[in-house]
Amino acid sequence: MLDQTARSDLPLVEVDDLHVRFFDGDETVWAVNGVSFELMPGEVLCIIGESGSGKSVTMRALMRLLPGQRSVISGRIRIGQFDIMALDERRMSAVRGSTVSMVFQEPMTALDPVYTLGQQIGETLMRHEGCSRKAARARALELLQLVKVPLPERRLDSYPHELSGGLRQRALIAMALSCRPRLVLADEPTTALDASVQIQILLLLRKLQRELGMGLIFVTHDLGVAAQIADQVAVMYAGRIVELGSAGDVLLRPRHPYTKGLLASIVRDPLRDHDIEAIPGSPPDLRVIAQGCSFAPRCKFARPVCAAAVPRPRQIAPDHVASCVLIEDLPHHDAPAVPHPPFPTPASGRGVY
Amino acid sequence: MAADAVPRLITQPPTAADDPRDRGGPAQPLLIAQNLEKHFPIRGGMLSRKHGSIKAVDDVSFSVLKGETMGVVGESGCGKSTVARVLMGLVPQDKGSIVFDGELVGGQQGLPMRELRRNMQIVFQDSDSSLNPRLPIVESIAYGPRVHGMRRAEARSLARDLLQRVGLDPALFAFRYPHELSGGQKQRVNVARALALNPRLVILDEAVSALDKSIEAQVLNLLRQLKQTLNLTYVFISHDLNVVRCVSDRMLVMYLGQVVEIGPTDAIYRKPKHPYTEALLESRLTTDPRTRVEIAPLAGDPPNPADPPSGCRFRTRCVFAEEICAARRPALGGSSSHAAHLVACHMADPQSGHSRTAPSSQRAAALGC
Repeated sequence: MLDQTARSDLPLVEVDDLHVRFFDGDETVWAVNGVSFELMPGEVLCIIGESGSGKSVTMRALMRLLPGQRSVISGRIRIGQFDIMALDERRMSAVRGSTVSMVFQEPMTALDPVYTLGQQIGETLMRHEGCSRKAARARALELLQLVKVPLPERRLDSYPHELSGGLRQRALIAMALSCRPRLVLADEPTTALDASVQIQILLLLRKLQRELGMGLIFVTHDLGVAAQIADQVAVMYAGRIVELGSAGDVLLRPRHPYTKGLLASIVRDPLRDHDIEAIPGSPPDLRVIAQGCSFAPRCKFARPVCAAAVPRPRQIAPDHVASCVLIEDLPHHDAPAVPHPPFPTPASGRGVY
Repeated sequence: MAADAVPRLITQPPTAADDPRDRGGPAQPLLIAQNLEKHFPIRGGMLSRKHGSIKAVDDVSFSVLKGETMGVVGESGCGKSTVARVLMGLVPQDKGSIVFDGELVGGQQGLPMRELRRNMQIVFQDSDSSLNPRLPIVESIAYGPRVHGMRRAEARSLARDLLQRVGLDPALFAFRYPHELSGGQKQRVNVARALALNPRLVILDEAVSALDKSIEAQVLNLLRQLKQTLNLTYVFISHDLNVVRCVSDRMLVMYLGQVVEIGPTDAIYRKPKHPYTEALLESRLTTDPRTRVEIAPLAGDPPNPADPPSGCRFRTRCVFAEEICAARRPALGGSSSHAAHLVACHMADPQSGHSRTAPSSQRAAALGC
């Protein structure tokens, strides 16, 4: 397995049956419950999900950034030629930053406030590529130019607090790209930004990803952001991927009731005199492992069979799967909609936190 | 549907005309903000001398009609939250006045702040930090009425009614603490608390922005139902243009402490007049992967509010900027009618001397729309 992965027709990333559990006192949180996906080189996968769906935990598991004392990861993760689960901590540390790097949501906390941008970008380069301080500074300048930071010479000596949010995020992207990684993980990199700046960063990421041929896994809760950047889209709910396919299939022809609900709850038109079609209820408590489909309690199509077992992924098109037992019976999205049930009271019981 | 959700409704839904609290009549705007200004000093050095100021709100005027929802949009740092805090009296304004239903707020003869706060309440973005972690939610909701002199038992029963109204079963939720609730549930509690004093105006400062999309839709539905049953007026502050379009009747667009455009929501969305509003509308993302944005509608970040550009503050990012834009600040001119669609841009003012003050149809063609 390890030596054949330099070929470009093989997936860059293979994740097989990933499980992550957290221990907090005597409680167990089942954060990720059997996630599998592949990513081809140069492809963009968007993981969409709400808070607590396990999307960020999946990301951190790929880089093994989870607290070792309080979490258990199982499953198989391969990135490039590396079997991530088998690496020792020293080799893992070398992989982070050089083969895989990450762009975080909040650039202010991801950057060190007491070092200048030049020092922070340079440090990564000196650590992984062993170059001199002078060469690192020159390369840092190139990187700031690459991510289109205005006046890059001056910014090299700026501290993070002197920059705006958009510039900080650009600097963070520069740092992530510094060692020419084959895979970039972006965890909601545009969520904290204003809409007009968000687009600039999305366009920049898309352009750099194409030009540098990197794989990109992009976590977001915003379907609009996913539509802008994704080749493939995975929709996560309660630690499982419930729908996976090309961006066009998932966003335009969604088949899982949760994906459909998410798309329906986006407000587009003036709806001043009627309700938005909201998904009732709240996300499930991950301290309790569900025997059946986790979405069933909120699903308007739920039947007794949904509670019996976790639905297996069903093939809809060559490149489109969804995990719902009713997939054959579900109306297509162009069929007349089923009447909506009465307005739900949220959280009708215990176990919701 | 609303009636099903609130079976223990005590009062009949009042209409704007027969509300006993109404003083100025239906034509009197519920809230008028006139030339509000708030500059925060920047201090530094050994004697913490003032060496500049953040011009958070600079000459902002608008009015909110009875029963309407006024949307306020703009990017972070444009002063929309400062406007909310000034309206609530949480930070005193440097200049300008607030008129609530025909009465000037503050001063010797004016409406006392205590009276204003009974009529005007606010819901903040962060549902967690705005609740006291040591109080069960029923006590948090009853706190306001207690301060305003209601007896404990009465305040508690009111709080339970309000919980029911916002869709939380009081039998299950009344004695829970904030950490036992999800984000959406906490925001429902904050809405209930804002309603505890039976206010006429509620300011929603990014109240749904931190929620997940499916929960956001639930809370928006709840807010719409409450507005109808309780005859409320909303000031809805948000950066999400889709949500503002969905809820507001009129809206104002702020940029760097100033109002750049104000008018009926439908008119602004159909035909924005200010280049900034237009760029903001173009920045909305669709969920259709076939229609991707190829060129960012705006370049760069908003300038530093401590040192805003001269003249029109948007000119540094505006593709139509000319000399006149740097020289003179465009006024939010025109009719004072509430239905008017006003814009602060030299291109809309034929007397300004801007080369694009052509009739609007030609300008639209120049803008490529």
